[in-house]
Amino acid sequence: MDVSRTSRKSGVAGGGRAALCAHAPRPMSKDDVVLTRLDSLVNFFRRYGVNWCRKNSLWPLPFATACCGIELMATAASRYDLARFGAEVMRFSPRQADLLICAGRVAIKMMPVLQRIYKQMCEPKWVISMGACASTGGVFDTYAVVQGIDQFMPVDVYVPGCPPRPETLIEGVMAIQRIVERDGVKGSGQRGRGYGIVIEPAPAISGSGDSLASKAAVRQDKRDK
Amino acid sequence: MATQDAINALTERFRDITLDSSPLLRRGGEGSDQIFVRIPADHLIEVMTFLRDDARTRFEQLVDLTCVDYLQFPGTRDRYGVVYSLLSLTHGHRLWVKCFVNDPSPEVPSVVGIWKGADWMEREVYDMFGVRFTGHPDLRRILTWEGFKAHPLRKDYPLRGQGERENYETLTRESS
Repeated sequence: MDVSRTSRKSGVAGGGRAALCAHAPRPMSKDDVVLTRLDSLVNFFRRYGVNWCRKNSLWPLPFATACCGIELMATAASRYDLARFGAEVMRFSPRQADLLICAGRVAIKMMPVLQRIYKQMCEPKWVISMGACASTGGVFDTYAVVQGIDQFMPVDVYVPGCPPRPETLIEGVMAIQRIVERDGVKGSGQRGRGYGIVIEPAPAISGSGDSLASKAAVRQDKRDK
Repeated sequence: MATQDAINALTERFRDITLDSSPLLRRGGEGSDQIFVRIPADHLIEVMTFLRDDARTRFEQLVDLTCVDYLQFPGTRDRYGVVYSLLSLTHGHRLWVKCFVNDPSPEVPSVVGIWKGADWMEREVYDMFGVRFTGHPDLRRILTWEGFKAHPLRKDYPLRGQGERENYETLTRESS
């Protein structure tokens, strides 16, 4: 016992100590510090604008009432990773969110709740209507289900599908990003009822039109060819 | 059959009521082993209290309370059938009780005083069929919203509604 203990000690005192010292911290020099001057920050904002920051840090409020919510979760999870677009910070408080994602059917009894949540969100704010039910009522054409939330509140981007694939939802988020980058907070003529842009489903076939939304489709088309 | 004992006890106690007991029918038309009795609305409370308390019946549990609209159903005289599904945990037998009521003011006495669990089920029947439960402590709509006028599970109510969903406030960017 005693012998083994001494031998281990001598090992540390010998070659081991030298190996440790190679990684020891050296004193900090001037080259290690990055300094940002205020005017370079100002230049950055002049060049890219506040909207550049806004578009890359959208904080969604998931209003998930049905199976679209599952796809929304899949979009946020690691395989599709909404964090790549800076929109992974799901906020369950409307005060802290700027993108309302309505995923799923909305009953008429629920509509005042959704409207209130929308009202509570601070400007600037955008709305994605995700899936067939939120956009049109889907198969639920009954007395109790709202036939498209756009009848009662502004919608900027419609994401079709039942439920939409995560890629389609990501296209929707990217369309919002293009809106933010181009127009920012200031309203366009359509602003009263939202932009009403329709995203093409993920494997898009048609490539006509020059709206913001169909850019996604055109790009997809080119890739397919 | 254990349920038959309960029905015998019931006929013995209430001789003036025609119970009209018969089995529930399966899809093909043959009878099942589940038996239902008809109880007129004005005798409902005393019959139900008897069914819960008597040693031979002892239906401690109200499993379900629902309603059927028999509008234009072949071979029926009455419109609404309020259905009670009873289970005796002591004896292990079941009984279905049907209570038929009609327009213009369908009313059934509330059984909340006998089984507390009937509270929300009666509210749901009231909401969906418009059958009023007299003596219910809090008879409000439970599923549809306040201000809704109709009773949507009635057979003469259109599936797409009567324009209720078109009358909501619309929000725009300017107004919010």
